[in-house]
Amino acid sequence: MQRRTLLATASAMMMALAAPVLAQDEPLKVGFIYVGPVGDGGWTYQHDQGRLAIEAEFGDRVETTFIESVPEGADAERALTQLALAGNKLIFATSFGFMDPVINVAQRFPDVKFEHATGYKTAENVATYDARFYEGRAVIGTIAGHMTQSNKIGYIGSFPIPEVIQGINSSFIHARKVNPDVEMRIVWVYSWFDPAKEAEAANALLAEGVDVIMQHTDSTAPLAQAQAAGAIGFGQASDMAAFAPTPRVSSIIDDWSPYYIKRVQAMLDGTWESGSSWAGIGDGEVVIGEISDAVPENVKAEALALRDAIAAGEYHPFTGPLNKADGTVWLAEGETASDADLQSMNFYVEGITAQIPQ
Amino acid sequence: MMIDPLSVFLLLLGASTPILFAALGELVVERAGVLNLGVEGMMITGALAGFGAAYSTGNPFLGFLVAACAGAAISMLFAALTQVFLANQVASGLALTLFGLGLAAMLGKPFEGVRAPSMPAGPLRINWIVWLGLVMVPLVWWFLNRTRSGLILRAVGENHEAAHALGYNIRLTRLAAIAFGGAMAGVGGAFISIATVLQWTEGMTAGAGWIALAIVVFSNWTAPGVLAGAWLFGGVTVLQLRLQAAGVAVPVQLLSMAPYLATIIVLVAISARQKFSRRAGTGAPGSLGTNFHALR
Repeated sequence: MQRRTLLATASAMMMALAAPVLAQDEPLKVGFIYVGPVGDGGWTYQHDQGRLAIEAEFGDRVETTFIESVPEGADAERALTQLALAGNKLIFATSFGFMDPVINVAQRFPDVKFEHATGYKTAENVATYDARFYEGRAVIGTIAGHMTQSNKIGYIGSFPIPEVIQGINSSFIHARKVNPDVEMRIVWVYSWFDPAKEAEAANALLAEGVDVIMQHTDSTAPLAQAQAAGAIGFGQASDMAAFAPTPRVSSIIDDWSPYYIKRVQAMLDGTWESGSSWAGIGDGEVVIGEISDAVPENVKAEALALRDAIAAGEYHPFTGPLNKADGTVWLAEGETASDADLQSMNFYVEGITAQIPQ
Repeated sequence: MMIDPLSVFLLLLGASTPILFAALGELVVERAGVLNLGVEGMMITGALAGFGAAYSTGNPFLGFLVAACAGAAISMLFAALTQVFLANQVASGLALTLFGLGLAAMLGKPFEGVRAPSMPAGPLRINWIVWLGLVMVPLVWWFLNRTRSGLILRAVGENHEAAHALGYNIRLTRLAAIAFGGAMAGVGGAFISIATVLQWTEGMTAGAGWIALAIVVFSNWTAPGVLAGAWLFGGVTVLQLRLQAAGVAVPVQLLSMAPYLATIIVLVAISARQKFSRRAGTGAPGSLGTNFHALR
């Protein structure tokens, strides 16, 4: 090819690429950055399901792209800038550690809207969103309280941050409500995803006599170990149906699709506004996975009733009287916890004997 | 609160098996004078290949066999780079780790979400592969210290010029050692995917390969030392989790740090011994990490 023809072809291609941008009915470009690989089977997988739901809902009116396995920190700024320069008008950043990069990049692109998962910093063009995982914990805590024979429930924690502590407290409160003899054993592994370490943590709990394992980490390793020992557990973030009907008797699924669809719709309508969304079971953002036949019918019915009560807003998982672990009063009779209280939760409720690592 | 030492020991056996296999393999590689930093890459390759085979055939033991072959096969990439093209070993090893992680992530897509067949428990309800790992320790020791081939391998690692002058084939010896290291790392990785997690997930070895490398240094390049190191690393992890489960308030960070602290102390002790005694104290092979090119 001669140089002149090459240049001509190149400029023709540029025109072709540029043309849709100038057209009136151009699709809305929506970008995502993920902290892990799409195939993690948990957190990032669920976010990508949300992205696919947007495509299914809006078809040709949107165009989505994603960048996976973006490390939290400076590199996230590069990825976000890249998405913004590529013409994405709405960008979802799906991990806590993307918080400051999002704020920085958002300042440089005032006409691009950003959505940041699980963070707390907002701006004119930065909204935050999170899910009320503790609502789901209340339901599976109820199942756990009924199912345990040894009256010892194990909990594998990732990091001692409010989100995880909410889950532990919610599980414990509801397990103890149906079984006053329940004790909670907690192991911290300081990782969101480390299959070998999660397996060891599960084994340590099983050796302690635990027969129901809950986890706030993303791999299936604890379920595999629970099965070998004849104990049960729950799917986390994703359904983990490969381990049903036992050891996985139910699960907490993060479903981001309703929120993603709502926000894209707002963009298309031109009604997008910054804000902080914290949705739960009622909005379909936290879903209780199928309760398997290993759970007796009456327990299943009770769990589903609790789920429905929470969804309808008739019941709040943190309703007084509740005391803190040190014996001081937290919530009076009938009082419910405020969101601000929950978002800074750094104590166990009365009955949990462990200490939160500092 | 009391915890049962036997239960800790049983947990420790399982937890230390992947790093024991990988470290024993790397021990032989390093004794042959080659520094292969690709252990993590070979482990993840073995984890995927083993899982794939175990899932497809329904036979976990076949999975381990395939894992060993896959680990050895990918190690040949490193061998070709460093032994044939004489590339820098550190860079090639790091490349092997990055390549292995990426390749496994790509090839592993069809295996996401499915689970491996359960393994039958071995004698004393301890996994067969755990037993195999324990048997490999005296075997590797015996090979290195009591066989002619082991002597040649060590000679190649200590001083490749001299071994070459004596007529030994440096390249072939090192190729064999690298393949063995790859196979062992493959089995170690497969233990995580087939026996521990029972599912395939990207990046599931989570740094075990780097711990194996540290253990080889900790062991002062001896097989019993590798066992001690694997038990120390595995044991401290298990102990802190076990203490947490029992409700004992332990400074988690301190215990997590302990194995690395122990490695530093051992290294200092080794170099101190070297300094104050007449005989060369360190067990590091003389030609470790240097490439050999026969000029004559």
